[in-house]
Amino acid sequence: MMKKLISTTALTGVVVGLGMSAAVADASLTIESWRNDDADIWNEKIIPAFNKVHPDIKVTFAPTPPADYNAGLNAKLAGGTAGDLITCRPFDASLDLYNKGHLTDLGSLDGMDNFSDVAKSAWQTDDGKATFCLPMASVIHGFIYNKEIFEEVGIDVPKTIPEFMDAVKKIKDETRYVPIAMGTADQWEAATMGYQNVGPNFWKGEEGRKAVIDGKEKLSDDAYVKTFEHLAQWKDYMGNGYKAQKYPDTQNLFTLGRAAIYPAGSWDITTFNSQADFKFGAFPPPVPANGDECYISDHTDIALGINAASPNKEAAEKFLSWMATSEFAEIYSNSLPGFFSLSNHKVEVQDPVAQEFVSWRDSCKSTIRNSYQILSRGTPNLENELWNVSAQVLNGTMSPEDAAAKTQDGLAKWYKPQM
Amino acid sequence: MKTTQTGWLGRFPWHIAVFLAPAVLIYTLFMIYPLLDSIRLSFFTADDSGAISYAGFANYVTILGDPEWRASFLNALYNNLVFFLVHMLVQNPVGLLLAALLSLPRLRLRSTYRTLIFMPTMLSVVIIGFVWQLILSPLWGISETLLYYVGLVDWFEPWLGQENTALVTLSLISVWQFVGIPMILIYAALLLIPEDLTEAAEIDGANHWHIFWHIKLPLILPTIAMVSILTFIANFNAFDLIYAVKGALAGPNFSTDIMGTLFYRTFFGFQLQLGSPTMGATVATLMFLVILVGVLFYLFGVQRRLRRYAM
Amino acid sequence: MSMQKMRKPLGAAGVHAILGAYTVLALWPIFLVIANSFKERKAIFRDPLALPTIDSFSLIGFEKVLGKSSFGLYLFNSLSVTLITLAIVLLIGAMAAWALSEYKFKGNTLLSIYMAIGIMVPIRLGSVSILQLIVDLDLTNTRTALVLVYVAQSLPLAIFILSEFMRQIPGDLKEAARCDGISEYGIFFHIILPLVRPAIATVGVFTMVPIWNDLWFPLILAPSPETATITLGVQQFIGQYVTDWNSVLASLTMAILPVLIIYLIFSRQLIRGITSGAVK
Repeated sequence: MMKKLISTTALTGVVVGLGMSAAVADASLTIESWRNDDADIWNEKIIPAFNKVHPDIKVTFAPTPPADYNAGLNAKLAGGTAGDLITCRPFDASLDLYNKGHLTDLGSLDGMDNFSDVAKSAWQTDDGKATFCLPMASVIHGFIYNKEIFEEVGIDVPKTIPEFMDAVKKIKDETRYVPIAMGTADQWEAATMGYQNVGPNFWKGEEGRKAVIDGKEKLSDDAYVKTFEHLAQWKDYMGNGYKAQKYPDTQNLFTLGRAAIYPAGSWDITTFNSQADFKFGAFPPPVPANGDECYISDHTDIALGINAASPNKEAAEKFLSWMATSEFAEIYSNSLPGFFSLSNHKVEVQDPVAQEFVSWRDSCKSTIRNSYQILSRGTPNLENELWNVSAQVLNGTMSPEDAAAKTQDGLAKWYKPQM
Repeated sequence: MKTTQTGWLGRFPWHIAVFLAPAVLIYTLFMIYPLLDSIRLSFFTADDSGAISYAGFANYVTILGDPEWRASFLNALYNNLVFFLVHMLVQNPVGLLLAALLSLPRLRLRSTYRTLIFMPTMLSVVIIGFVWQLILSPLWGISETLLYYVGLVDWFEPWLGQENTALVTLSLISVWQFVGIPMILIYAALLLIPEDLTEAAEIDGANHWHIFWHIKLPLILPTIAMVSILTFIANFNAFDLIYAVKGALAGPNFSTDIMGTLFYRTFFGFQLQLGSPTMGATVATLMFLVILVGVLFYLFGVQRRLRRYAM
Repeated sequence: MSMQKMRKPLGAAGVHAILGAYTVLALWPIFLVIANSFKERKAIFRDPLALPTIDSFSLIGFEKVLGKSSFGLYLFNSLSVTLITLAIVLLIGAMAAWALSEYKFKGNTLLSIYMAIGIMVPIRLGSVSILQLIVDLDLTNTRTALVLVYVAQSLPLAIFILSEFMRQIPGDLKEAARCDGISEYGIFFHIILPLVRPAIATVGVFTMVPIWNDLWFPLILAPSPETATITLGVQQFIGQYVTDWNSVLASLTMAILPVLIIYLIFSRQLIRGITSGAVK
């Protein structure tokens, strides 16, 4: 019995080994990605479209569950088994891969000139000399709302924060709907859909973001305290037990028609399209007072680079160059409404809600999340701190002043311009 | 050892080598070597390009000396201790009780109970985490409805989301999953007790409670000690459940952060925090030292003494 | 007559009440997942405690999951990796445990501690070195790689528990055998192994659990679709349709059922093992 089992092991090894060597083709590419949600779109739309141009290159989309992506990818890169194309997170995570020699410099890649400097900035060295990933898409923050509930209650889309607060109060007083669908159990919702969503209106987008990097403003300044104060007001309008509510709970709360307003990332549109059976729309983060300039978080989120150890670099470059064309931008933006192409090609976005999101690029000023560039390089890590304090402010366990002070103190511990 | 042959080859206890070799070889190659190779990193520091250079005990000084690092480390250590205490106070006594009941003579449905109670242990933490989040979720209202039936609906709180209740709630979920392990270990030990010992007492008119307390329990003390040390080791190495339910940032406000999640975050990084194999290896080495202290205490303090008295 | 002996402080009814109550507590959450996986989405939310009715019954989750994954292959991969690992661990683990618990030789205690180190360090720490080793052996994307790593990973606990049980075996049995001239191998295979069957069955069960449920090593050592295990396959689904409760619950149900079936089959063997060990 035992012998049989052991010889089965050996046999399994041999069989699988043979299978491996037989599968080696001349040009095949494997894409490492955390976007397992998009597997269908890659397999059914993007890769077939690429193969129309390059039928000789076999492409496999091999996603990892998002939570394990960074860890798994790093292990595979170190062990030399990672795929040829690597999906890049913005800023330091990818910069680190480049510095360690895992990503190639794409400066001379055909098609790279189809991207603006701003689009490329998330995947460049600090001096801007080397670009190591081809930008794919950005995501925009804002609020998605249930149009039917708004009609039922008789409220208009709020433009200012006082209007916003009136609206949620009215929903709470007059109906049984949850005014704001958000939970703090996952923490990132609080930071990303809360702080980074409404904050740019207070710290004036890029102006404030750069001022903190330069050391001219502090994260404990008025603008940041006010951001937290605004968030603190939300807690009376969030669902029962929001402290234990996770991101999927939040999404379900909204798509089942039980909540009126959903602080959103544009990527949610795809999910909502397939799950909500009511009409929904979107509005940009309300400004503090009538007439204020509006700012939106238009965050460079995802890009693709080449594994420096890949034996198929030529094929990989062909794939990336194809990704820089308008054809890819068109397929990508329209199969994944809510991911907005970063290329300079004019793309007609067809989804109405996605259209609404992208239209804010004309009416408001764009910025990216303020903790992403440079400021999350030290210990304590600013992004982690923001998750923590934003969730605490919403939970009511920390005051807005303390939250702002904590992020500033953490930054001042290691970031020279803020010391 | 008792061989009749002579000469060196004959005296060398070949059978011991044969018994040990396969396990020692595979274990050394696929476990000890990779672990040592990684622990070595705790004495190095890496620059931006990933090149490492010898740093002595600098990483240890950072973790235990730097206020930021020390606070995280001590917080994780403390939470881990709470996690362990909940297991010791709930999981092992319940396991003992169930095993004692299951080992009662002439119990009907014995194997059915044992099989069914052990089932949660077979499931992956992904499933366990998901199920309990659904049950405790205020949105689904399952626990709220149940509490309503027994008239305790006012007691309901979002336990998994509050700083003061999240850790204990997670510990109890873990207890729920793993109670089968102490149960089955203790049960197996109870079965090893020769029946003539208990039969004699039964003839003397002792009841089951008396037999358990005065005859069986002293005999299974070594097993209970083993279960305790295994709980200790498993708890201080725990990771999966917290990670599945709370993520690597172990919120709210790090109230569920234990050594395993701290190690993961440090070693592999998290979101914008870059992973540091050198610091991660240092955290892992400290975890190892904590566990080793417990194991040595068991081996030399508890196990030897127990053997002397119990056998 | 049979139950009369269960006197104070608990009657037979009391014993069954406790065991029964705990059984319900253990099974109810599992039941909840399975019951809800057969309901349509709105019904899951409207009344999660209700059983599926004619109105709310839906198989949509299963259709989605089965339509998009090679469930059978994943099942086969998980089964072969787990069972082969189990067989190897139990055999060589019991051998080593016997050597460590029975024979007095130089360095015995040290070797015992050495064999336990493996459970004191988070195994993920060694992942990069393990991956490099597997690459050097040219075993990436094979089930052999998983078996080797899982055997190494499971040995410490198996040896630890088995040697604990072997120490409790009365010495006169062994001495009697030795006087009869039975070889050390004969003593181990014919006397000791049958005696510790309950312990072996026990160790077998919880060696199997972490291997079956492991996500990490399949992910980095054998992520190819041909070698993916059921846990890896299911995890892809939970990530993919995280808000689609139908699919989530269906894939969870499909991950639970094989384990439970295997366990039920094994537990018959297990019971036989345990009872025959006890009777002696």
